[in-house]
Amino acid sequence: MSAPADPSPAGAVRPRVALKGLSKRFGTLEVLNGVDLEIVPGEVVCVLGPSGSGKSTMLRCINLLETPTGGVVEVDGVDITARETNIDDVRTRVGMVFQHFNLFPHMTALGNVTVALRRVKRMKRDEAERIGRERLAEVGLADKADARPAQLSGGQQQRVAIARALAMDPEVMLFDEVTSALDPELVKDVLDVMRGLAAGGMTMVVVTHEMGFAREVADRVVFMDAGALVEEGTPEEIFGHARSPRLRDFLDKVL
Amino acid sequence: MGERLEDVRRLFFNWEVMTATFPELLREGLPNTLMVSFGAISIGIVFGMLVALMGISHRWYLKVPAKVYIDIFRGLPAVLTIVLVGLGLPAAGIRPWGREARIAAAVALGAIATAYIAEIFRAGIQSIDKGQMEASRSVGMTYLQAMWLVIIPQAVRRVFPPLTNEAIAIIKDSSLIFVIGLSIGQRDLFRVGQNIAQQSGNYSAVTAAALYYLAITIPLTYLVNWLDTRLREGPKEALPADDLPATAEPGR
Ligand SMILES: Nc1ncnc2c1ncn2[C@@H]1O[C@H](COP(=O)(O)OP(=O)(O)OP(=O)(O)O)[C@@H](O)[C@H]1O
Ligand SMILES: [Mg+2]
Repeated sequence: MSAPADPSPAGAVRPRVALKGLSKRFGTLEVLNGVDLEIVPGEVVCVLGPSGSGKSTMLRCINLLETPTGGVVEVDGVDITARETNIDDVRTRVGMVFQHFNLFPHMTALGNVTVALRRVKRMKRDEAERIGRERLAEVGLADKADARPAQLSGGQQQRVAIARALAMDPEVMLFDEVTSALDPELVKDVLDVMRGLAAGGMTMVVVTHEMGFAREVADRVVFMDAGALVEEGTPEEIFGHARSPRLRDFLDKVL
Repeated sequence: MGERLEDVRRLFFNWEVMTATFPELLREGLPNTLMVSFGAISIGIVFGMLVALMGISHRWYLKVPAKVYIDIFRGLPAVLTIVLVGLGLPAAGIRPWGREARIAAAVALGAIATAYIAEIFRAGIQSIDKGQMEASRSVGMTYLQAMWLVIIPQAVRRVFPPLTNEAIAIIKDSSLIFVIGLSIGQRDLFRVGQNIAQQSGNYSAVTAAALYYLAITIPLTYLVNWLDTRLREGPKEALPADDLPATAEPGR
């Protein structure tokens, strides 16, 4: 499933995202303690773990919605926590989709998808709208361009949110439990869109409780507990041959 | 008892005095009251937004001055601020707005309005789900772009009722500007009514002014109530969330 990637001089693949000793504290609460993770271009990594284990926090450190208190986050080899890094620029290359969609309710679907193209990337309206309509078509919502979020179902809203992130042409997409707030019958449409993205070679980090999706789409599954990566492997390894008791415990509960 | 009632009627509701006062109120008092109030509200909206943004900043040198300003101008009696800003500053030679008393009055009322409106805007901005800011930042908007393009447009709708309430308060408080000293032609509704009452020894002129105030404030009060219910319950024609033509979107 992994798309081919540009080999670095050493012959190894340069990671698209690299977390090195990533730590995050909220006050005295240690939420991440030294997470190391490398994600190569085209790779789909699914993140599992119990509630409160730090999955969202880790994801949010990758686009600096949370500021790490220790360690390094690299995107394409650039340390994004460095002072001189322009974080707004990094964020245009890292797409994020949220559990609660967070669409802009005062804009149409097309407006949601094009606002950053126009205001951040300074595109002309025509060009932004052309790209916006393409992205909406990709998520199956070509006919909803003029609808407001309030007129869309949850599944449709989440697909607009995916289109909004895709419009920026990101190098990696972060998904944080994007189907958890959806009625069961609406989950499939969203997962189908994500499957399509994965098949198209998008680099993705997916925090999810959808074990079926992780099993089928992930190149690699990582299991987090108490702010640390406890185990990682292929879906077969994680779901079929879990080594750590904590992972087995977790899988017993969710499967 | 009947005599007393008759006195009250004659002193406060003398129809002849009232009808004689209405034209002057309309010609001089009403425009001045509206001008000063409108000026104060405009000042309050512009600077209130600025102070609100400063107040929610995480930088102390923006936040602290905003808080201090709000505390002071909400804490002082209006008449005191009007005397200090409208009379004191010009007396000290600080009058970038010139010597026009009505402008001094609008500035003084605007200074008060700024404090209240800043609090209204702050509450409105903070009532917007923080996911909106996060989503905006995650597509690369700067903090100020996110505020301007995403947060404030949503907040503005929510602050409309309290903002209208503030407008009512300013219109009423504008009756206090007589303390600055208003010459003929500059007088507001209250001052016109009061002058005529003093000359005629009959309060019906003030009652006439009162009717003008009520004619403005009562409709605004009902507007607030209507906006409030509309915002709370959503517009009447709100439709189920599925498969609507975009044109059915109400309110735009
Ligand atoms: N802004 C914050 N301030 C303080 N504590 C926080 C903050 N954000 C998260 N936490 C704490 O950090 C821990 C990890 O939270 P996080 O949201 O990353 O967990 P999660 O694995 O995503 O959980 P869930 O599956 O419930 O979404 C939790 O204990 C949470 O209460
Ligand atoms: Mg989470």
